[in-house]
Amino acid sequence: MVEMVSRPYASAFEKFAAGNKDILCLSADLTSSCEIDGFRDRHPEQFMSMGMAEQNMLSFAGGLGLAGFRPFIHTFGVFMYRRPYDQLMASIAYPRRKVRLMGFLPGVTTPGGMTHQSIEDISVMRSIPNMTILETGDATEVESICEAADSIDGPVWCRVLRGSVPRLFDTPIKVGEIRELSSGDDILVVTSGICTEEAMRARSALQKAGLSIRHLHLHTIKPFDSKALLDHISSVKHGVVTLENHVTEGGIGSLVAETMADAGVGKRLVRLGLKDTYAHGGSRPYLMRYYGLDATAMVRGIEDLMGQEFGITESDLDTARVEDVHSLVKAEAL
Amino acid sequence: MRNEKTTEEVALGIRRRVFEHSMRNNGGYLSQACSAGEQLAWLYNEELKLGAPTLPMIPKDFAGVPSAENTEYHTGAGYNGPAAPEFDRLFIAPAHYALVAYATLIEVGRMAPEGLEMFNKDGSSVEMIGAEHSPGMEVHNGTLGIGLSTGAGLAYGRRLKGDAGRTWVFMSDGEVQEGQTWEAVQAAAHHGIDNLYAIMDVNDQQCDGAMDSVMEVGDIKTKFQNFGAACIEIDGHDLNAMRDAVNEKHDGKPLIILARTNPFHSMPILEERFPRLHYVRFKSEDERARMNESIAKDLGVDPIDYAH
Repeated sequence: MVEMVSRPYASAFEKFAAGNKDILCLSADLTSSCEIDGFRDRHPEQFMSMGMAEQNMLSFAGGLGLAGFRPFIHTFGVFMYRRPYDQLMASIAYPRRKVRLMGFLPGVTTPGGMTHQSIEDISVMRSIPNMTILETGDATEVESICEAADSIDGPVWCRVLRGSVPRLFDTPIKVGEIRELSSGDDILVVTSGICTEEAMRARSALQKAGLSIRHLHLHTIKPFDSKALLDHISSVKHGVVTLENHVTEGGIGSLVAETMADAGVGKRLVRLGLKDTYAHGGSRPYLMRYYGLDATAMVRGIEDLMGQEFGITESDLDTARVEDVHSLVKAEAL
Repeated sequence: MRNEKTTEEVALGIRRRVFEHSMRNNGGYLSQACSAGEQLAWLYNEELKLGAPTLPMIPKDFAGVPSAENTEYHTGAGYNGPAAPEFDRLFIAPAHYALVAYATLIEVGRMAPEGLEMFNKDGSSVEMIGAEHSPGMEVHNGTLGIGLSTGAGLAYGRRLKGDAGRTWVFMSDGEVQEGQTWEAVQAAAHHGIDNLYAIMDVNDQQCDGAMDSVMEVGDIKTKFQNFGAACIEIDGHDLNAMRDAVNEKHDGKPLIILARTNPFHSMPILEERFPRLHYVRFKSEDERARMNESIAKDLGVDPIDYAH
């Protein structure tokens, strides 16, 4: 079975931040929800409770940045940009403060419904000058997100997974690199975050059906190495399928589309994700299935692109165990 | 660094410069010079502990926004001196007071008079709404209500580092309509940020007109105190009151000085324009000429020859 890691952020953040006096841990009343309760209890001198007051928290963090600190802000991602967008722009992004925005519960990873689900954050962040965007897709990436974010000379938006997180990779995030998880030549699959595991499951079943899939996982969404992506696109015969825990407008699907259009690439692109819709409250598997973010959606997307059906059933996907995928990843790309 | 002039002279000089500028340009932020003249004069000429300017007396042109590529980028804070631990810092939270703030820099010898000629000219760093690269500015505050939060964060960070310098925020009363101002006060109180100081120009005016007609804000002194700040109310044209107010004990709390002011102070003819005082653009040549005569007399200068 694939290894499941419990609360990887909690231990990773503490290990990274404890004792580094230039790093402050800010929380907006979601301290245990963002797995920093232990850090708060053991390192109170580096912890700041900012209350349910995100507008102040963002400008305040900008002021801390001006004083030479590197604040790590913790709350649900959605609360860190929708209400305090003006503060994010004026107090953090414009002046390139070294504020690390740790956004928990990306996309449909929360049953909290529309108010809790950051489904368009990547789109927003991609359009903000000076912003860097990182997204975690497994426990190893969660464990390395703090070092990766803190290596950036400017603000960083991070989509962070919490709770029980599978370990898919065994190397840390290297900012700016693309993970190549398999190197086929029929189709290019590009995924990020929790959708990568889904695509691995689909890939496993499709490869048994004879399809050669090149699979890329993006942890760095901005800045982005378009040349590397174009090389991958030119290595496959049929086209590209993207899958993301985000609306298809402005996220990695758009990123790939823009890259292809800019370079005049004439291949087909199928963008999977939330299709110009809000989600609602429910379990993650239910939401991923209902909104077409899961392995089944990836299979259907590839069938659409190829113009043929591969006869893969839901039970085929259920039995495509991630541990097979896990060993493949290790063998091929890491 | 201390100026040779008295603070009264600096306040008068600020008003004369803003008046001259507004006459020549057929409008300007005249009322803000009336209300805030003493506050900015007092801060720069007496109260703030600032080092010598680190930027040229004649401001450089706009040199690009911050980016990874713009390695020469700097803010306009150098006009307030270096950001050394012992020195105070000042944010002009209502960046719309920039014209008055620039006039203050000139009066206290931190910027050349030529700087004001560059006001609102294309390609200039001396912007109409103070940007963080504008003289005397360190952060963007044109979006009203974010200044005190940023000041609180800077003050807290400086306290952690053991800096002796204070962080000051010049505020406007319209900002109390923004929820963020109250978030900032409660956070500063909760974290005991008592190296944070604010002086607020309470002129009861905002863009649409008199504040009571736009959105009543009630007893803001009591509100600030209830949110955890030390708050004292003074006559904002009384320098001795300012000098006393800053000595108010405020252990563990930010100090907010409410400077009650008159938006036509020293230029009574402006009352003709009440309640639209935010930006006075002359409606006719006749009005411009009458105001020129009247205000020049009030400020003890000759009328401005704005035709040339």
